[in-house]
Amino acid sequence: MPGSTSASKAPPIPAGLNRDQLLEIYRFLRLTRTLEERLTALYKQSKVIGGLFRSLGQEGESVASAYALERGRHRDFLSPLIRNLGSLLVMGGKPAQILRQYMAKDQSPTRGRELNVHFGDLEMGFLGQISHLGDMVPVMAGITLTFKMRREPRVGLVYIGDGATSTGAFHEGLNFAAVQRCPLVVIGEYNGYAYSTTPERQFAVKNLADKAKGYGIPAVTVDGNDVLAVYEAAKYAVDRARMGKGVHFVEVKTFRMKGHAEHDDQHYVAQADIERWAKNDPIERYWNQLLTNGWAEEQDLKDIDSDVRDEIDQATDACVNEPLPPAESALKDVYADPPAAERLWFRGMNG
Amino acid sequence: MAEVTFLEGLRQGLREEMERDERVFILGEDVGAYGGAFKVTEGFQKQFGESRVIDTPISEAAIVGAAAGAAHLGMRPVAEMQFIDFISCAYDMLTNYVATARYRAGLPTPMVVRGPCGGYVRGGPFHSQNPEAAFFHTPGLKIVYPSTVRDAKGLIKSAIRDDDPVLYLEHKWLYRRIKDQLPEGEEIITPIGSARIAREGKGLSIITYGATVWKSLEAAETLEKDGVSVEVLDLRTLLPLDDDAIIKTVKKTNKVLIVHEDTRTGGLAGEITARINEKAFEWLDGPIMRVTAHDVPIPYAPTLEDFVLPQTDDIVTAARWLADY
Repeated sequence: MPGSTSASKAPPIPAGLNRDQLLEIYRFLRLTRTLEERLTALYKQSKVIGGLFRSLGQEGESVASAYALERGRHRDFLSPLIRNLGSLLVMGGKPAQILRQYMAKDQSPTRGRELNVHFGDLEMGFLGQISHLGDMVPVMAGITLTFKMRREPRVGLVYIGDGATSTGAFHEGLNFAAVQRCPLVVIGEYNGYAYSTTPERQFAVKNLADKAKGYGIPAVTVDGNDVLAVYEAAKYAVDRARMGKGVHFVEVKTFRMKGHAEHDDQHYVAQADIERWAKNDPIERYWNQLLTNGWAEEQDLKDIDSDVRDEIDQATDACVNEPLPPAESALKDVYADPPAAERLWFRGMNG
Repeated sequence: MAEVTFLEGLRQGLREEMERDERVFILGEDVGAYGGAFKVTEGFQKQFGESRVIDTPISEAAIVGAAAGAAHLGMRPVAEMQFIDFISCAYDMLTNYVATARYRAGLPTPMVVRGPCGGYVRGGPFHSQNPEAAFFHTPGLKIVYPSTVRDAKGLIKSAIRDDDPVLYLEHKWLYRRIKDQLPEGEEIITPIGSARIAREGKGLSIITYGATVWKSLEAAETLEKDGVSVEVLDLRTLLPLDDDAIIKTVKKTNKVLIVHEDTRTGGLAGEITARINEKAFEWLDGPIMRVTAHDVPIPYAPTLEDFVLPQTDDIVTAARWLADY
C-alpha cells in the first residue's frame, strides 16, 4: 500500500507527538481559521455586534502552545487573549460559544454581558481576559499559586502581547510568579503591532525574552509560525513547570496579518511585510510539513477541512437566529448577594 | 470576658477563620515573618506556615490579582495593603478585574482586601487616607468599615465568609485606642449590610462610620448637656448602604448631620443625602448637613491635620446649628 510505504520512509515525528496528534493539531488550526472566516461574514452582515478581532497568521502559535497543556476537566489552565481563539478551542471552547459571544446572544457563555473571546470555563481550564492588558498575568499567578498550595500537579499558561509587556501588571505579575516559583508558562507574542504601534516604539530591548531574563526566568525565542517548534518549546516549559521548577517564558515571533480589528485597514503596515509574511503562513507551512514528511496524506487534511466546514455551518445554524438577552437580565449577578441590582424608580412609570 | 483592643478583635477574627477554614490564606507585604506593619498578623506564619501567610513583593496589583485568581479556584484569600493608601496601585485590578468578574464571566471571587486607613495620627498625605469613595462607585465590591472591637471581629469574619469581594477598612487610630470586653466561646458575626444604632436619641441624627463614630459619640455627650438628644447611627457597611436604618433614624429625629473623615466632594455624605432626599424628603425639618474633612490632601503638621480633619468640636458646632434650625 502506498500509504504504508510512505509512512515507513517518513522521518520520525518530533516532540513526542504521534500521527493522530498531528492531525488533531491541524484540525484546531483549520477550525480557528474557518471560524474566523465565518465571523467575518457575519460581521459584514451586521450580525456580529461589536468589533471583530482576527488572529490570522497567529493561529499556529496559539494552537501549538495550548496543545502542550494537559486538557480536560480540572487539568491545566490557560488565559487566552483576543488573538488566541485557537488556544481557547484547544482547551474545549466550542465554536457555537464563540459565535454566540460575538452575536451577543442570551445563550452565550456571558449572557450577552461580554464580548468575543472574553469568557471562560473554570472546569475546562480557561479564563476570559479583560481589556486591561497585562492584568491576566497576576491573576494567572494566583491560579498557579493555588495549584502549588494545593500540591496539584497542574500548570497554567498565560499569553502576553508585545505591547502589553509595557504594562505594570505584566511586570508585577511576572515577578510575583517568579518569586513564588509558580507553575506558570508565559507565551510572549511578538506580532509586530500593538494596535498601530511597533515594538521599536514600545520598548528598547530586541526580544521580549530579554525582559523575562531580568526576573530570573528562563526564556527562549522561537519561530511563532512554526507549529511544531512552538509546541516543542511550550511542552518543555510546561513539563518544567509541572516538575516544580517555576516560571518559563517562551517568546513567539509572528506577525499580525490583519489590522487591530476588522475596522482597521492597517495602512501603517508596509505592503512588503504583509507579502513576506503571507508566504510564511503557519497553517500552509504545517500542511506542507505534514505532506512532505509523509506524516499525513493530502486527503486526510482535506477531509478535516470538510468536517470543520460542516461543524461551523451547524454551529452557525444552531445560534444565528437566537434571541438577545432580555433587557432586565442586565441587573442580575453583580453580586452573589443580593442577586440583582435595584431597578430605578423612573422605569415603567408610564405603564 | 477579656478586654481586648480593636486590633486584637480583628486578629482574633482572622485567626478563627484561618483555623476554621483551610481555604483562607493571607498575602501581603511583611505580613509573614514580621507580622505586618501594625502586627495584625503577628505569630500567624508560625501558626499556619509560610504557604498560608505569604510575604509578597511590593506589588499591590499582583497581590490583588493573585488573590482573585486563587479565589476563582475556591480559595478564600485575605490580601493586606500595608497602608490602605496603597490600594490605589491596585485600583485597576479591583475595579476592572475583581468587581466585574461575577457579572461578566460568572467567576466567583470571594476575597477580602484589608488595610489600615485614616488619619489623626500625623501620617501625612500617604498614610492617612480614607479610600472608600473611590470604590463606593464600583458595582461588584462591598465595603465594610468597623468602629468597635466587636465589629472589627464580626465584620472580618463575615467578609471572609462572603461570596463577594469585600474591602475591609480598619482605622489605625482605633487599633489600640479602642478596647472592649469580648465574650469567649461565643462566635461573633456582624452581618454585612447592617448599620448599628451607637446611641439612641430623639432630636437629631448623626450618620457616620469609622473613627468619627467615637468623635460623634463624644459630641453627643456634650450636646446632651445642652439638652440636645442625639442619635448616632454607625453605618458599619458602606456598600451596600443600609437604607432602612438610615430612613428609620431620619423619620425618628427629622434632622440629619452626616459626619465622615473623608474629604467632602464626592464623599459618601453626598450619596446618603440623595437617598434621604428621594425616600424621606417630607420627614425633614431642616437641611441635611455635612461635617467632613476639608477638600485638601491630609497634611502632616499637627496644626494642619487637626484643622483639616473633622474634630469633635466641629460636630458639636454643626449639630447645635442644626438643632436650632
